[in-house]
Amino acid sequence: MTTLAQENITTKPSQVFQEIDSNAKMQAINVDAWFGQKQILKSVSLSVKPHTVTAIIGPSGCGKSTFLRCFNRMHELVPNAKMVGQILLDGKNIYDRRIDPVQIRRRVGMVFQKPNPFPTMSIYDNVAAGLKLTGVKTGKSLDEVVKRSLEQVTLWDEVKDDLKKPGTSISGGQQQRLCIARAIALQPEVILMDEPCSALDPIATAKIEKLVIELKQTYAVVIVTHNMQQASRVSDYTAFMYLGELIEFGETGQIFENPKNRLTEKYITGEFG
Amino acid sequence: MINSYGFRKLKNRLFFVLCAVCVVIAVVPLASILFEVAIRGAPQLSITFLTANASKGGIGHAIQGTLIIVGLTSIIGIPIGILSGVYLSEFGNNRYTQSLRTINNMLTQFPSIIVGITAYALIFNILGSSKWAFSTLTGAVALSFIMIPIITRTTEESLKLVPNTLREASLALGAHKWRTTLSVVLPTTKTGLITGILLAVARVAGETAPLIMTIQGSRYFFRGLNGRIAALPLEIWTNSLQPYPEAQAQGWGAALILIIIVLTLNIAVRLASRRE
Ligand SMILES: Nc1ncnc2c1ncn2[C@@H]1O[C@H](COP(=O)(O)OP(=O)(O)OP(=O)(O)O)[C@@H](O)[C@H]1O
Ligand SMILES: [Mg+2]
Repeated sequence: MTTLAQENITTKPSQVFQEIDSNAKMQAINVDAWFGQKQILKSVSLSVKPHTVTAIIGPSGCGKSTFLRCFNRMHELVPNAKMVGQILLDGKNIYDRRIDPVQIRRRVGMVFQKPNPFPTMSIYDNVAAGLKLTGVKTGKSLDEVVKRSLEQVTLWDEVKDDLKKPGTSISGGQQQRLCIARAIALQPEVILMDEPCSALDPIATAKIEKLVIELKQTYAVVIVTHNMQQASRVSDYTAFMYLGELIEFGETGQIFENPKNRLTEKYITGEFG
Repeated sequence: MINSYGFRKLKNRLFFVLCAVCVVIAVVPLASILFEVAIRGAPQLSITFLTANASKGGIGHAIQGTLIIVGLTSIIGIPIGILSGVYLSEFGNNRYTQSLRTINNMLTQFPSIIVGITAYALIFNILGSSKWAFSTLTGAVALSFIMIPIITRTTEESLKLVPNTLREASLALGAHKWRTTLSVVLPTTKTGLITGILLAVARVAGETAPLIMTIQGSRYFFRGLNGRIAALPLEIWTNSLQPYPEAQAQGWGAALILIIIVLTLNIAVRLASRRE
């Protein structure tokens, strides 16, 4: 591992100055993050374009989840967590002191690694939860929003007769689609997904992957994944992270077929990870 | 020579017998108390006994007193206890929390006679006269000092069992922390909360010492928050000190009723926690 670490110092492109990318839906600029004294992210910069899927790949513990959680200000909820740098949403820094993190989380939805529907709520209430908990009005009736959201995640036909049953009464794959429906019911602008398929079987995974590709019609999607085939199947852009640094970022085709960095190449060909 | 298999079998037997003997030693006194109380208390039971006051030979006033005082205690104790537990578990992320938690745990074991004296002194000093000091209100305050730490602790412990992923799911939807606590965290642990409340109610319903110092007992039905009031544990206590057989018999009857109330609450706890 020491040789890899040395290589990454010599081959990493310098990212001292970051320009604001006016085409980006979201943009991270020189993001550093810590848990206590331990620095997890080191000056990571990346932009997320609208109507695209951006995949974040890298070995376990390299800081993918931490980075993702900076995009909706979830990182700061962990005791001792710290973050420096900027993350822009439509060109505005979401870490600006005048901005309420709660507002950001409504605009930037999140899907977690393990499906986490609310166990005390029915399937219907789980989808409606975002609107009820935040008091957001969409101008449409709740029934309509619930139906449309479940249809979007192709779950409607499977659960339409069981809407009153607890959200935890369905299969893992269905629960994960329910959680996606819960996120999109709020009509966010960006959806963050942290290894949404890692707890699912191949069939459920295929459904979620198809869904991710459909979601980019409406949203910008950022997805963390351990599965390189998945990244190449669903994403338009891929970011490779290693030990808290962004090693390479580019169009998915380029990253997988013609990586510029030796570390990226080694990771993609499975030499380490 | 000892057959080693036989010897091991014998050891196994011996151990089993020893355990069984210990169980019997533990259960016999309990069962004999229940039996004794049932035998001596049951003949007392009648409509008059359950509904009339002391001058007509009943304990209706004591049953009413216990219900009023436990109800009042719950009105004071449940909200404060639950909110404190919520604070410790959800919002208490600072350096004072650990000491608060330690103090609270200490209070759950506090000698109840001292709680009674404290409540008396508190009301006496706040209201500035002894008129209110021996009263229903003082009794409820004393019992809530016992109830609050119990509920605080059980609430905190059951909230700690709620997985953090649920809090994060709610916060990630853009819900405020208080909303998350109220609509996601608390409902998830409803049975834990109810169990804690019922246990605390059962505990205060049987308390005697703090009542001696506060409500002092009465031979009549409820006469207002500032008046003295009867309660079952006190009724048992005062009756047992009487030289008259009728009074002692009434004490047994009251004991039976109190045991039935506390047992019912405990069974309710079992039922509530089984549903989880
Ligand atoms: N709550 C926390 N407190 C302290 N350290 C943490 C915490 N969460 C993560 N870390 C540390 O931060 C580093 C990055 O973690 P992170 O979860 O971002 O990695 P990851 O790339 O998502 O890994 P994985 O692929 O295993 O999910 C790890 O070294 C981890 O030990
Ligand atoms: Mg992770």
